[in-house]
Amino acid sequence: MIPESRKDTIARLQQNILLWQGFKPPQAAQEQAFGLGALEAAFPNGVFPTGAIHEFLVPGPESAAASGGFIGGLLAKLMGQQGICLWIGVSRKLFAPALKRFGVEPDRIIFVDLQNEKQVLWAAEEALKCGGLAAVVAELRELTFAQSRRLQLAVETSRVTGFILRSDLQKVSSTTCVARWQIASMPSQAGMDIPVVGFPRWQVELLKVRNGNPGVFRIGWSADGFVPIAQDIAGAREHLSTLKAG
Amino acid sequence: MLRRFVSIWFRHLSTDWLSIHRPFFKDKPLVFAEADHGRMLIRATNTLAEAEGIVHGMAVADARAVVPGLQVMDEKPGRNERLLKAIGEWCIRYSPIVAVDLPEGLILDAGGCTHLWGGEKKYLKEIITRLNAKGYDVRVSIADTIGAAWANARFGKLTPVIEPGAQYQMLKVLPSAALRLEPDVLERLHKLGLYTIGSFMDMPRTVLRRRFGYGLLQRMDQALGREEEVMELLRPVETYEARLPCLEPVRTRTAIEIGIKTLLETLCADLKRDGQGLRAAVLKYYRLDGRVLQIDIGTNRPTYHISHLFKLFELKIAQVEPGLGIELFILTATKTEEAPLIQEALWAGKPGLEDDAVAELLDRLAGKVGPRAIHRYLPDEHFWPERSIKLAASLKEKPGIMWPTARPRPTQLLARPERIDTIAVIPDYPPKVFVYKGERHRIKCADGPERIEREWWLDEGEHRDYYIVEDEKGNRYWLFRSGHYDGQAYQWFIHGFFA
Repeated sequence: MIPESRKDTIARLQQNILLWQGFKPPQAAQEQAFGLGALEAAFPNGVFPTGAIHEFLVPGPESAAASGGFIGGLLAKLMGQQGICLWIGVSRKLFAPALKRFGVEPDRIIFVDLQNEKQVLWAAEEALKCGGLAAVVAELRELTFAQSRRLQLAVETSRVTGFILRSDLQKVSSTTCVARWQIASMPSQAGMDIPVVGFPRWQVELLKVRNGNPGVFRIGWSADGFVPIAQDIAGAREHLSTLKAG
Repeated sequence: MLRRFVSIWFRHLSTDWLSIHRPFFKDKPLVFAEADHGRMLIRATNTLAEAEGIVHGMAVADARAVVPGLQVMDEKPGRNERLLKAIGEWCIRYSPIVAVDLPEGLILDAGGCTHLWGGEKKYLKEIITRLNAKGYDVRVSIADTIGAAWANARFGKLTPVIEPGAQYQMLKVLPSAALRLEPDVLERLHKLGLYTIGSFMDMPRTVLRRRFGYGLLQRMDQALGREEEVMELLRPVETYEARLPCLEPVRTRTAIEIGIKTLLETLCADLKRDGQGLRAAVLKYYRLDGRVLQIDIGTNRPTYHISHLFKLFELKIAQVEPGLGIELFILTATKTEEAPLIQEALWAGKPGLEDDAVAELLDRLAGKVGPRAIHRYLPDEHFWPERSIKLAASLKEKPGIMWPTARPRPTQLLARPERIDTIAVIPDYPPKVFVYKGERHRIKCADGPERIEREWWLDEGEHRDYYIVEDEKGNRYWLFRSGHYDGQAYQWFIHGFFA
């Protein structure tokens, strides 16, 4: 009996810690489910953390395109009917009309195209402090721990969701971000064995999750939103272990 | 309101100017001369040259005979005007309404300004002392009309301050030339022995008009205040302007911040009263060394929110160069728009693009990195990918047409399509293999073609046949062939990357 109650206590305490760290309790966030299926379960409380900074690794244009689509899907939920998103970068290639396909009105995204990384960091911090925004996306080459902490502090008061797209994989360091993602395209399936390009599908790697479980997931996109793809779990585990080894 | 005008007469404008810039000429007789009918005629003199009997209009050769060491400089047309404009800008510290009075004077509308200096006498004294300190020899006068002030500055002997309504008494004793008359009118007056204004002032108007023309009557009426005289202002008066003279020249950041805050409080109160919001503003600061510099801000939507405007200026304070010190700040709203009156408690909370917090954030970003860095796109009625979006002019602008959804577009679009090498098995087909940046991509499946014609009325060239292709790794690309496959010069390009 005693170990049982201790277990309860520990569970309650853990719940409290999560609350203090800004993770919503599961009931409060039910309506904002992103439809990511098993992926959402990897986060604490099984809820995709909003009001936090997410870090995406984008080594090349292909992965930037895939990440752009995936983030587009997330933005559609975050922005809802009225929200505004700021997209800050140095040499942006994102083509706004493409986001319409992922449920985002491209005219509600404001692009800030700057000269250098320093300005991007400044603008990102200013934007993350602004509670009127739904989300902020910043394209950076690298992000140091101190820089990420400044962004995290900005987010903690405003509850804006931030996405950092990092392009330089050589300089990946630990940050305060709530999760680190890497998204790669997967062959699409048009169905009916015809050689036609279908809806996009991605292999989403959650490399790090604060208080959660990293993993590899397969997510597809359909006209209604994200579609988790049932997968061979053993295969995914194997992939993860090779990732960790490498 | 009682109107009071100050006339400033620069007795030796161009020679003083040269002596200030080149002290070498300070203690030498100096003249400016201009070629006229093959002779050099004197156009301006300094005090030392005048003392030797050299006057305006004398030939340089004659003057040299009188004063052997005479310094002669070339007179450049338009220099006086330029100088007066610059000094006039400086004089805006005394009154916002300043006009250049060619050839060698300035007119200030001092109505409602003099009490700031403790009375008209002190006001004039301040102007004289400051201009003298710079090295300009000036005479000033204040009166109810421009004409009276002008006459008294140049010909008056008693007092520079003409009390309200006293211009008639003052003008009576002055010579006829004090009325700013045409030379031939003046000559006719002199021929008739009318040397002072008083001698013809009370003659019947019809007589004067018949003999000397309408010009004389007009000048007389203007001087006496019977007729309004129009000033050509150096700088149009802005409706929303706030001034802050400093008791002591300020140099520190804190002092400048306090100054800006004080000015914004005045300006925003004015704006708010009239239901106007500020879109652009200029802060001018007058430095002790006579230079006038400025910083400017712009906003995305009309606002009279003091703390927000102050934040915008705060970003620019680093650009302020106080030099030896700043003695005057002028904040002008250069562009205003009607702003709806909102209760301040409700400022936050409007969703989306209407949110003031977002507009203020964009103002801050634009203030730091320039407004050109901020883009928002709307759909445009073109199929050509580069032209399918246009920049939105403002935050309020709504898309005129629906965003097209019929065909997917790549999430990453290259600014310029890049050439690729391809292997195509069948000519009118997507390629089997393409090489981009040294990497081979084997194509598994493809969608297309989507033919997009060039708009011949905008530019010339080949059409494009777009294909969405997917390679064996699952990456998706947007390729196109420029031109027909059977043409001689067709070429494959990569234009984008799909999610």
